[in-house]
Amino acid sequence: MAHDWIVSARAAEEAARRSYGKLIAYLAARTRDVAGAEDALSEAFTAALAEWPVKGVPNAPEAWLLTVARRRMVDAARRRRLSEAASEHLQWLADLMSDEDEQLVVPDRRLGLLFACAHPGIDRGVRAPLMLQVVLGFDAATIASAFLVAPATMGQRLARAKSKIRQAGIGFEVPERDALLERLEAVLDAIYAAYAEGWSDPQGVDPQRRNLADEAIWLGRLAASLLPEQSEALGLLSLMLHAHARRHARRGPSGDYVPLAEQDPARWDAAMIEEAETLLSKANDLGGGGRYHLEAAVQSAHAVRRRTGHADWPAIERLYDALCLLTGSPVAALNRAVALAETRGPKAGLAALDELANDERLANYQPYWAARADLLARSGASESAQQAYDRAIGLESDPAVRHFLQQRAAASLDRSI
Amino acid sequence: MEFTLLIYSDPAGLEKLSQAQATEVLNAYGAYTGALQSAGVYRGSNRLRPTHTATTVRVKSGKTEVLNGPYVETREQLGGYFLIDVKDLDAALSWAAKCPAASHGVVEVRPVWPRSEFEG
Repeated sequence: MAHDWIVSARAAEEAARRSYGKLIAYLAARTRDVAGAEDALSEAFTAALAEWPVKGVPNAPEAWLLTVARRRMVDAARRRRLSEAASEHLQWLADLMSDEDEQLVVPDRRLGLLFACAHPGIDRGVRAPLMLQVVLGFDAATIASAFLVAPATMGQRLARAKSKIRQAGIGFEVPERDALLERLEAVLDAIYAAYAEGWSDPQGVDPQRRNLADEAIWLGRLAASLLPEQSEALGLLSLMLHAHARRHARRGPSGDYVPLAEQDPARWDAAMIEEAETLLSKANDLGGGGRYHLEAAVQSAHAVRRRTGHADWPAIERLYDALCLLTGSPVAALNRAVALAETRGPKAGLAALDELANDERLANYQPYWAARADLLARSGASESAQQAYDRAIGLESDPAVRHFLQQRAAASLDRSI
Repeated sequence: MEFTLLIYSDPAGLEKLSQAQATEVLNAYGAYTGALQSAGVYRGSNRLRPTHTATTVRVKSGKTEVLNGPYVETREQLGGYFLIDVKDLDAALSWAAKCPAASHGVVEVRPVWPRSEFEG
């Protein structure tokens, strides 16, 4: 019995992971009532946990869950019926009931759901959290921790976004060709934001966060598989896989932070790099040239160190030149300065950093100060280096990175005495 | 908006550190304070001595009571605080995560209640 229960619980969990977004997308497509679909699906999962251990796991778990969830939605709609008199809604529910049990294959409308989550009418900051919740079923508290937001605030923002989808009539359609590129950018940005939040825990100490990086890659795979002709979707997946391939190498045996330049390439995940390279070459074939395509190419130029013993810094410099032109992003300019320091020496890198010194967006950006400190130390400007190290240390939240910076600062001080 | 970042940690943890490690922690607090100042959000901070130095006073039915020790005995003690002035709670949480205490204890973020809201 206990064994059966575990098997069934696992089956329900697997179905949840695989099917969650698909079922939400299907249940909410017509009414756009995402919150209602979530409630109904959560009841269906509860019912599955109660019933499957007794009666066995159904042959088509997805269809079983859909049937139960649809009934719950119909019940909920009937309870609201008098006050709302939503005839169109009820017609749809009647349609839903009529094709019950016939439709064992749930149509995949997740791409439409991703586009709805990243709609221009949804606040930029809530797009990634919304995707994690409605496509993957993460709860608000977990998402709040990852994005460093109070759980109550995150709950409100998600609820507001869902009611916006419903009330503003945000559809679950994949945009037509002209609008696709622009709208796709927002989808990919949100997936990357989810990945970046997961990345901040490279050691995987926090299971919720490590999960987040994996789940973002899962979303990236979904987008790339549904849009195989879009070089940016392939580029983003390639970028995330390249970065993820290095996750174990970012920590030493005692949990110390290891910067990219000092990582042992033997500890990089070779299979993941191969997959990233294949995606990158497909993006190259498609023409590409977008932000994620270029960033994936940067990662690839770092990965060549596996074979040649050194990163292809001239290529990295050229790629960041292109990224600066394309995005005007101060972070791209910062990375370009770091590349310049490798190709032309720390003084050239510092000169490029000086041009960014008055950019407000970098004033409290830790990587700017860490890069500046490193280049100052390498050019022998020890005193200024200490100030920049201090600033970077004060802005860092990861204790391993903080420790690393403190050691670098001390080493630079020792050299100067 | 003003927020206090209340630092709670187990003083036993700090006592176990080597001299070099303790210096590193102190320097990290110094760097953190500097970062708050450079960002223009710093309003003040203090480190408190451990709770065994505390004395607790109250007046009950007209009689004073003076007790040795803290009001509440817990493993994680209030060890100090930062007072910051930032745009909103999101910004306060972002600074709280950077506080060295967040990785060796906890940081409780509490909004300051503006005087104008409870004084006539």
